Amino acid sequence: MVNLDTILQQPVYGTAHAEKTALLADTLRELTLYHDSNCPEYHRILRAFGYTRKRIGAVEDHRDLPFIPVRLFKEYEMRSVSESELFKTMTSSGTTGQQVSKIFLDRQTSSAQSKVLARIMCEYTGKKRLPMIILDTSAVIKNRMMFSARGAGILGFQMLGADRVFALNEDMKLDIAALEAFLEKHSGERIFLFGFTFMIWQHFCKVLRETGERPDLSRGVLVHGGGWKKLADQHISTEAFREELKELCGITDVHDYYGMVEQTGTISMECECGHLHPSTFSDVIIRDSFDFSVCPHGKKGIIQVVSVLPHSYPGHSLLTEDEGVIVGEDDCPCGRKGVYFHVLGRLKNAEIRGCSDTYAEKS
Amino acid sequence: MNNIEKYNKVFMESLGVTEEQLAGLEYTGVDSWDSVGHMNLIACLEEAFDIMMETDDIIDFSSYEKGKEILAEKYDVAF
Repeated sequence: MVNLDTILQQPVYGTAHAEKTALLADTLRELTLYHDSNCPEYHRILRAFGYTRKRIGAVEDHRDLPFIPVRLFKEYEMRSVSESELFKTMTSSGTTGQQVSKIFLDRQTSSAQSKVLARIMCEYTGKKRLPMIILDTSAVIKNRMMFSARGAGILGFQMLGADRVFALNEDMKLDIAALEAFLEKHSGERIFLFGFTFMIWQHFCKVLRETGERPDLSRGVLVHGGGWKKLADQHISTEAFREELKELCGITDVHDYYGMVEQTGTISMECECGHLHPSTFSDVIIRDSFDFSVCPHGKKGIIQVVSVLPHSYPGHSLLTEDEGVIVGEDDCPCGRKGVYFHVLGRLKNAEIRGCSDTYAEKS
Repeated sequence: MNNIEKYNKVFMESLGVTEEQLAGLEYTGVDSWDSVGHMNLIACLEEAFDIMMETDDIIDFSSYEKGKEILAEKYDVAF
């Protein structure tokens, strides 16, 4: 078995094509065999698609390994560890009437997810934990009814902060007093800001626009995620989003991320050039929507995500319901190695889901 | 108050547990020590001992005993 600790010693973005392919092929092949032996549902799926252990064992490129649709986690309870080893169960965002994904974590997987997330984030925020402003309502982690993917996302990121404040109070109003006090307490320090794209636009930016308040967040680095679907529906572009943040509170260091509860930890971060980069510990493959073959760079298709982390559940190779395109590989001007990509949106007819939808009905 | 008393006090106050519950107490072992409670506990410990923990140590801080080990080995807190 490939040792996860050894892989996690690798530089976050330092591995170029050949080395990364070899590393991922070995690790993911082992993981596929492991889940085949330990998760009966996964085993049946692989056999149904003609993947024998012999065939899997012979794979030398991770793009040739089997992948399963992400929605299977909504329909089946799939895990590869015994019930007694379970540590916590994550559920995806899903509004009433939708089925939610159930992801089973043991201590090892959960801890590895947190550590990888921390390692990736360090590349953008620095090694030291920074004072953190959460661009959301404090109710999101207090109210267990709202405690969904948004709450879990905030909790996952908050260990990177050294002191925390919520920008919005429980009534979704700007808590300007708390914000100003926090900024004064940490004057001169770099600030880490985190929030969900849609919440930032629809609530944080909106309150600033309406109240005329202009907190100075120019020493902040903002990391946001959760998808663009709602903003795209309102015809808000990435550029407009960035421009608005700059104008309202002076934030210029802004990074979108692409990630999902089914592969927590191994997020793809947006670099200074506006490209999403998977880290050494994960990869993105684009597949043709008709025959599922691998698309060449530049051709749009369905996003497949692979990650070395999922050990307690068979989620190491998943076909998402998102559409995307690989922009290039190993040659992004930012210097990070590996493929870099864009997410183009949800596939048509895919079920509506995503972090921004958890507040959909009220907004 | 010596360090072990301080350490115990932070645990009891931030997680709402009794002294008898401390030995062998693990993360998620009581309702109050969930991920929200964990960050409160860490913040209180950092304040009590005037330290700033690294993210990996916060993740590894999985029990009452493990926490003591981390503080002693990496943050020069003598128990």
